[in-house]
Amino acid sequence: MSRATATDLVYLVAIVGFILALKGLSSPRHARRGNLIGAAGMLLAVAWTFSEPSVYSDTRNLVLIVVAVVIGAAIGVPAARFVKMTAMPQMVACFNGVGGGAAALVSITEFIALPHATIALYKIGEVLFGVVVGSVSFAGSAVAFAKLQEIMTGRPVTYPGQQPVNALIGLSILGLVAAVVATASTPLLAVVLGLSLVLGVVFVLPVGGADTPVLISLLNAFTGLAVAASGFTLNSDLLIVAGTLVGASGTLLTRMMSEAMGRSLPNILFSAFGSVITAGTAEGAEGRSVRSGTPEDIGVLLAYARKVAIVPGYGLAAAQGQYAARELADALAARGVEVYYAIHPVAGRMPGHMNVLLAEANVPYDELEEMDQANTDMPTTDVALVVGANDTVNPAANNTPGSPIYGMPIVHADQAHSIVFLKRSMRPGFAGIDNELLFDPKTIMLFGDAKDSLTKLVSAVKAA
Amino acid sequence: MTVVSHHVIAHSAGPGLVGLLTIFVLAAFVGYEVISKVPSILHTPLMSGSNAIHGIILVGAMLVLGEAHGTAQVVLGFSAVVLATLNVVGGFVVTDRMLEMFKARQPGAPPAPADRPAPPAEEHKP
Repeated sequence: MSRATATDLVYLVAIVGFILALKGLSSPRHARRGNLIGAAGMLLAVAWTFSEPSVYSDTRNLVLIVVAVVIGAAIGVPAARFVKMTAMPQMVACFNGVGGGAAALVSITEFIALPHATIALYKIGEVLFGVVVGSVSFAGSAVAFAKLQEIMTGRPVTYPGQQPVNALIGLSILGLVAAVVATASTPLLAVVLGLSLVLGVVFVLPVGGADTPVLISLLNAFTGLAVAASGFTLNSDLLIVAGTLVGASGTLLTRMMSEAMGRSLPNILFSAFGSVITAGTAEGAEGRSVRSGTPEDIGVLLAYARKVAIVPGYGLAAAQGQYAARELADALAARGVEVYYAIHPVAGRMPGHMNVLLAEANVPYDELEEMDQANTDMPTTDVALVVGANDTVNPAANNTPGSPIYGMPIVHADQAHSIVFLKRSMRPGFAGIDNELLFDPKTIMLFGDAKDSLTKLVSAVKAA
Repeated sequence: MTVVSHHVIAHSAGPGLVGLLTIFVLAAFVGYEVISKVPSILHTPLMSGSNAIHGIILVGAMLVLGEAHGTAQVVLGFSAVVLATLNVVGGFVVTDRMLEMFKARQPGAPPAPADRPAPPAEEHKP
C-alpha cells in the first residue's frame, strides 16, 4: 500500500469519527462517548500528519510545529477546564474565533507560497474565500466575545447609514477579490484581509447581546466553510468533509435557533433588536398592582401541590441558584410532589444552555422537559414556578401582534393553575418589554435574589 | 468540464475539482441529516462539539508550516498551528466537560461528586 493510500485511509477513519461524534449528540446517553470518538479521530489524524514527509523533512519547521502545538494545548486545556458553565457562550465564541483565524492564516500562507505564474485561477479564488470568510469569523467572534464578556456594551451598536456602509464594505471586498484573482497581487490581498476583519466587526456590532449566540452559531458555520475552502486549496478530503460537516450543521442549528426565538435570521442580524423599546404591551403597566407573597405562603402552596413545573431562566444561573433549585425539587419530591423542569430552547444565554447548567447541578436529564412536552403538561400542573425567566413565558408572544417578541414560541406557564414568579424586581427581561403575566390574578410574586428565594422556599416546604 | 479536469491534472495528483466538489456536496447533506436529530437540550454541546471538529484546520496548518520558507510564511504558519491547536483542544475538552454532567436518574444512587462543592442531596424517594 502506498503512503498516499494509507494517509487517505487514516483520514477516512478520522472522518467517520467526526460523523459519529455529531451523531452521538442525538441523545444524552451516547453523547459523551461520541465526542470521545471524535476526539480520538482528531488525535489519529494529527498524529498521522506528523509522518508526512512535508511535515518532518525540515527539522526546524518540525520543531516549530511541536512548540506551537504545545503552546496551543497549554492555553487551551486550562481555559476549557476552568471556564464557568455560565461563561460557556463566550468560550465557544473564543474557540470559534481562533479556528477562523487559523483557517485565514493557512489560506494566506498558501497564497504566498503558490507558484502564481502557473496556478489555475480557481485555486486563487479558493484561497481568497478562506481568507475572507476566516477573517470575518475571527473578527466577528472577537466582538461577540467582548459583548458576552461585557467588555463592551451588549446593546446593539448602531450608527447612521449602517446597512449601506456595511454593504459597501462587502461589495468592495468582492471587487478586490476579483482584482486579486486577476493580478495575484500580495499587497491587494493585505487590503482584502484588512477589509474582511472590518466587515467581521461591523457585521456583529448591530446584533444585541441576547441574539449573539445565534450569531456565534452562524460564525461557527462560516469557520467550517473557511476550513473546507482550505481543504480545496490543499487538496484534502479530510478538511473538506470536516469543514463542510460543520458548515452544514452550523447553518441548520442557526435556523433552528432563530425559529425557537420566533424570528427570521435577517431580522436577528440586521434589525438591531432591542435598541428600540417598542410600546407593544406598555399599556398601563403603571399603577397596576401585583400580588406578592411570603416564602411561607408559597412554600405551603408548593408543598400541597400535586404537580409543580420549574421554569428556569438566565436569572437562575446568574444567581448561581441551580443547586438551590435542585434542593427544592428534591424536597418537593420527598413529599410526593411530581416535579419537572420546563425548559425553553433558548433559556439561558445560548440555546440548550439551561440544560447544561442544570446538569452541572446534578439534575437528571429525564426530569428536563422540552418546551412542547412541558406545554402539554402545563394545563394539569398546579404551580408553575418561574425562576429568573421572563420573555420565555411572556404571553405577549402569542397575543400582542405589535410586540417585538410576537411569534416566539413560549412556555405556557399561564396555563398552570397558579404561577409563582421569583424575580429580582419588576424590571423587564432581555427584550425590554413588559410581561402581562406578572399582573395576572393567578400570579404571586416573590421578590429577591433567585438563590436566596429558593433557599427560603426549601425551608418553607420542609416546615409545611 | 473537460477543460477544468485538464487544468487539475496538470497541477495536482488529487481527485480533481469535480471530485472534491462531489465530496463537499455529500458532506453537506450528511451534516444536515445528522444534526436534524439533535434534541434542543444538547444544542450547547452541539455548538462546542462541531466547533472542535473544524479545528481539523490544524492538519492544514501543520502541512503549511512544515513546508514554510522565509520568515513571513514561518510566522504565519506558526500562528496558525497555535490557534488551530487551541481550537481543537479547547473544543473537545469543554464539550466533554459538559457532556459528562448529563446524567440519567439513578434511583437510590448517591449523586456524583461535582467538581465544586454541591449542597448535599436529599434522599430521593421516587
